[in-house]
Amino acid sequence: MINNIVSQTGFFSLLLFYVVGAFGSLLFKKSDKMANIWQNIFASFGSLWGIFFSLGILLVGPDISFSASSLIFPLLSFSFYIDKLSAFFIFIISLISLFCSIYGLGYLKHYYKKYSIGMLGFFYHLFIAGMLLVVSSSNGLFFLIVWEIMSLASYFLVVYDRNDENNVKAGFIYLVMTHIGTAFIILAFLLLYRFTGSLDFEFIKASAGLIPSAVKNAIFILALVGFGTKAGIIPFHIWLPAAHPAAPSHVSALMSGVMIKTGIYMMIRVLFDLLQPIPLWWGVTVLIIGIVSALLGVLYALTEHDIKKLLAYHSIENIGIILLGLGSALIFSALGNQVLAIFGLAASLFHVLNHATFKSLLFLSAGSVINQTHTRNMEEYGGLIKYMPLTALFFLIGSMAISALPPFNGFFSEWLTFQALLQGIMSADILLKSTFVLAVGSLAITGGLALTCFVKAFGAIFLARPRSSEVTHAKDSSFTLSLGMGIAATTCLLFGVFSGYVGSLILKISASLNVFREVSLTNILVSNSNLNAPNGSGSVSAPALFIFFVLAIAIVIFVVRFMINRQQKIKIGATWDCGVDLTPRMEITATGFARSILLIFSGILKPSIQSEIEYHDSESRYLPKSRTVNMSVKDIYQTYFYQPITKLVTYLSLRIKMIQSGNINTYVFYILIAMVLALFLSQ
Amino acid sequence: MIRLLLKIFKTKNNIIQTPFTDRDGLEILALGNKIQDKVKRLFKGSLAIRQVSAGSDNACEQELVALGNSFYDVERFGIHFVASPKHADMLMVTGPVTRNMAEAVRRAYEATPDPKIIVAVGDDAINGGIFKGSYAVLDGVDKVIPTHYGIPGDPPSPKTILTHLLRILEMSDDKIQKN
Amino acid sequence: MTIIIWILQIIFIPLLSPLCVGIIRKIKAKLQNRQGASIFQPYQDLRKLMYKDEVISRDASWIFKCAPFIIFAVTIVIGASIPLFTSFLKNNLTGDLLTVVYTLAIGTFFLALAGMDTGSAFGGFGSSREMTVSALAEGGFVLAFFTVALITGTTNLFVIADAGTLLATQFFLPAILAFIGFFIILLAETGRFPFDNPATHLELTMIHEAMILEYSGKRLALMEWAAANKFLIFAVLGANLFFPYGIAQSLSLGAIVLGIVVLLLKVFILCLLVGFIESTMAKFRFFRLPDLLITSFILSAVAILLIQIL
Repeated sequence: MINNIVSQTGFFSLLLFYVVGAFGSLLFKKSDKMANIWQNIFASFGSLWGIFFSLGILLVGPDISFSASSLIFPLLSFSFYIDKLSAFFIFIISLISLFCSIYGLGYLKHYYKKYSIGMLGFFYHLFIAGMLLVVSSSNGLFFLIVWEIMSLASYFLVVYDRNDENNVKAGFIYLVMTHIGTAFIILAFLLLYRFTGSLDFEFIKASAGLIPSAVKNAIFILALVGFGTKAGIIPFHIWLPAAHPAAPSHVSALMSGVMIKTGIYMMIRVLFDLLQPIPLWWGVTVLIIGIVSALLGVLYALTEHDIKKLLAYHSIENIGIILLGLGSALIFSALGNQVLAIFGLAASLFHVLNHATFKSLLFLSAGSVINQTHTRNMEEYGGLIKYMPLTALFFLIGSMAISALPPFNGFFSEWLTFQALLQGIMSADILLKSTFVLAVGSLAITGGLALTCFVKAFGAIFLARPRSSEVTHAKDSSFTLSLGMGIAATTCLLFGVFSGYVGSLILKISASLNVFREVSLTNILVSNSNLNAPNGSGSVSAPALFIFFVLAIAIVIFVVRFMINRQQKIKIGATWDCGVDLTPRMEITATGFARSILLIFSGILKPSIQSEIEYHDSESRYLPKSRTVNMSVKDIYQTYFYQPITKLVTYLSLRIKMIQSGNINTYVFYILIAMVLALFLSQ
Repeated sequence: MIRLLLKIFKTKNNIIQTPFTDRDGLEILALGNKIQDKVKRLFKGSLAIRQVSAGSDNACEQELVALGNSFYDVERFGIHFVASPKHADMLMVTGPVTRNMAEAVRRAYEATPDPKIIVAVGDDAINGGIFKGSYAVLDGVDKVIPTHYGIPGDPPSPKTILTHLLRILEMSDDKIQKN
Repeated sequence: MTIIIWILQIIFIPLLSPLCVGIIRKIKAKLQNRQGASIFQPYQDLRKLMYKDEVISRDASWIFKCAPFIIFAVTIVIGASIPLFTSFLKNNLTGDLLTVVYTLAIGTFFLALAGMDTGSAFGGFGSSREMTVSALAEGGFVLAFFTVALITGTTNLFVIADAGTLLATQFFLPAILAFIGFFIILLAETGRFPFDNPATHLELTMIHEAMILEYSGKRLALMEWAAANKFLIFAVLGANLFFPYGIAQSLSLGAIVLGIVVLLLKVFILCLLVGFIESTMAKFRFFRLPDLLITSFILSAVAILLIQIL
């Protein structure tokens, strides 16, 4: 039975679920309700199947490979190779799409009669199928085809809500950026083909020694930029805060939780798997990019008051943290310390899993809130904990997980990252050591700033009193919405409490890479409820922490409420307002909350204030009629990075355009020159 | 600097002692409502006072602030001033409650958790004092909130306030004469 | 015997923390030429608060009502997981550096949320300031801890306290630098001068006090007790990780009694230091605080780099 699931048929039936789901929802285009039920039921069952399939490979089974050469194009072959790393990512994709599909059953009701639900289902299933194929493909050209399918399907999902012009603009930025990234990836694959003779990943792995080191460095840069654009590293991140808010919320959850991780997957595949052995500066570059992305991501998140943009910037921050683990693994691998490299990679992969779960939980609850209040602006929320208590609880769990608070899962992957960086400080020379110290400092400050940002977000949305009247009409999420969010929240807690077992499984996954096949694994693969750091440098027991904590709260409540304090009464009164009536405008706003941090980091963020005053009498200017204040953060990437490049490219294109004179004789002349050159060069 | 630090050891010479014999004959001004004895026993070791200024001329406030200096040092009896009425056990209201402050005093009263003691400090707060009969004031705190005690004086000196306060905490209400 | 030590370990912090607060207040009073309240006054305050009624705002939600219990439970959990007077207990489960840092962050999280919950202006800006200071303090906090972790090669607190006694002389300079960095963080996280004035009445100068303005009765008692616990936890960590001499390393009555006495002495010296700083220095303007926190960060970073050179 297991062997049947964990085989090629298992994988093809997984893909079949999504293909049938895609075309079926297209067939049911006419009926919104049928299309909704069809697509989400198929996606849910497909993801359940995917979870079983990937767990089978991770726990039991051998790697699966399949290859079918195409007759038409000699370089293209439909080959898959699903080893433990691919199976891990298939698990993540399936898990998150399970949450999102269950959620979607109730969520899509808001799009009935406005847009075509059938088309949404078609692109949704294509998107998930594309992602599954991306993490399992084993041929360069096939990979590019499915990468493109994934990107295009997600583009159509981003511009789904096309009545809003901002969404269309966001889709355009997304399309351009993802194709720039794909161009870099194509260049990298072309270089790989040129120097190893094949586009097949297995073949490249075996003949990586044939590539000269200068070319390897070039491939590294190209792959870093190409996959980094998909992952959202700074400065290639500008599409993320535009595209993720524009898409429907369950698609945002998928994009933010899973799609950007496919960039990370390919980085691991290309850098760790295909191009071994690697020089030291690769790891240092990735580490520095991780530091910068983490810090800048969370600082920009603090300046935002659009809730989905805030969550999108947090994705950038967490990609930074993932790259910290990946960078340290690359450094250890280059230094020859394979055990620590396995450990660093495991920290990175654990954070990939955790981020996917808690980010999707946050996006799903944000989607519920936006649905009920019809605005994305946090400044108009307030007091929603009384109207939507269940959604508030799920958002609280997501906030605690992303701020790395025990006993939820975010803490344990950050613990592993800290331990990996600590080992790095202990075992390297002085220059590398300083980089690791900087990395530790930035991870610590990022954690603190992320906590600040989520206190701001949760407080502004759910606490205090409503700041606008639409909020008072909000109702709690319906059953399927709560079910989807509830499963995600439970997963966050379970991955946290059982992080010892999950951690040791991930260690096995990272040790299964080809480069580590000669490492003896007996002393690091201890599977118990503790998370252990290498070289005996520390351990933490998640179940003990959780039980201890719950016991402490229970004892405190029992002792205080039932033993000491039995006759006291609680009176419900007003908030102490110093005798003045409290209006909602007196509460702290999200902008006000983060203003201090904005001013402290004003060198990086460059805030600016513009104020205009309109007077009753413009000559005497004593009595203002209205005052407008515009506070904004300067977008330095557009001004200093993208606009100069765009200007340069436009300038060069204008110059080159002069070849096209419109005169037929010139064109015949060009053909003559080209023929002479070709004959000359073929000598 | 050394002389400054050596002053620590001379503290005892400066402080105002509250002779206990003085207090036995002291008459406390009770303004109507009674406080149960067990409430006073609760507050004997630790009392949190919140001071509400209901349109006063700040003379009583200055005397209350002087209670905290190193001569009178009310902290040694476990009494301290707090910022929020929700933390307070006793409200000390000063000033003849002006119309604009009536609502604020009422809200401060409702925000203070039970059990509480309300004390009107100064003649103004007891019956309007020198502002009695003005159109802008309500002539005393007990017109607005149920008050328990009053400390007479315009303004009462810190020593008066201190001795009255300590006596209030000691004496049982049954023995106090109503005004 | 081990049972007795574990019981002592659990009740030590909650039992003695009001005493520390009382000692600091007494020192400040003496330096102000006053007599001040007795050092056992905070116990009487807590007892009285437990018997009072509460007034809870109608805008408050379950977060406001549950936060004091959660915050107090957090301090109990941490208090039982750190090396107090013994270093041989070898708590492999929860006695880790990073666990302590992030479990304290749970307390800060709920405190800030409780401050925002009632919708008063004071609570809101109190939360904003507290989170700003706390976010910037995390960097220095983790790096100061990592200094001692690197000296002894592990992040388990008990092993650090155990091994630290041996390696003290060689790594004296980095330990001192890291301790100064840690001390600044202690002042920041526990709300002492120059970061926050714990006895202020002016809301514009409040940070911690502003968030608990709405609490009354037993919840206020728990919040104040939790703040005192946090101070004692930081003092004990500072005493035992950076100067772990005299800690009991074996299960013998003499060593344990010596350990308790030495710990009380070290904590008393720290209280003296804090009381002295509070009496001689003014509270800083809010936007000068990040400079101080970054100084702490840099001190610890320099200490780490010094370790590797030495």
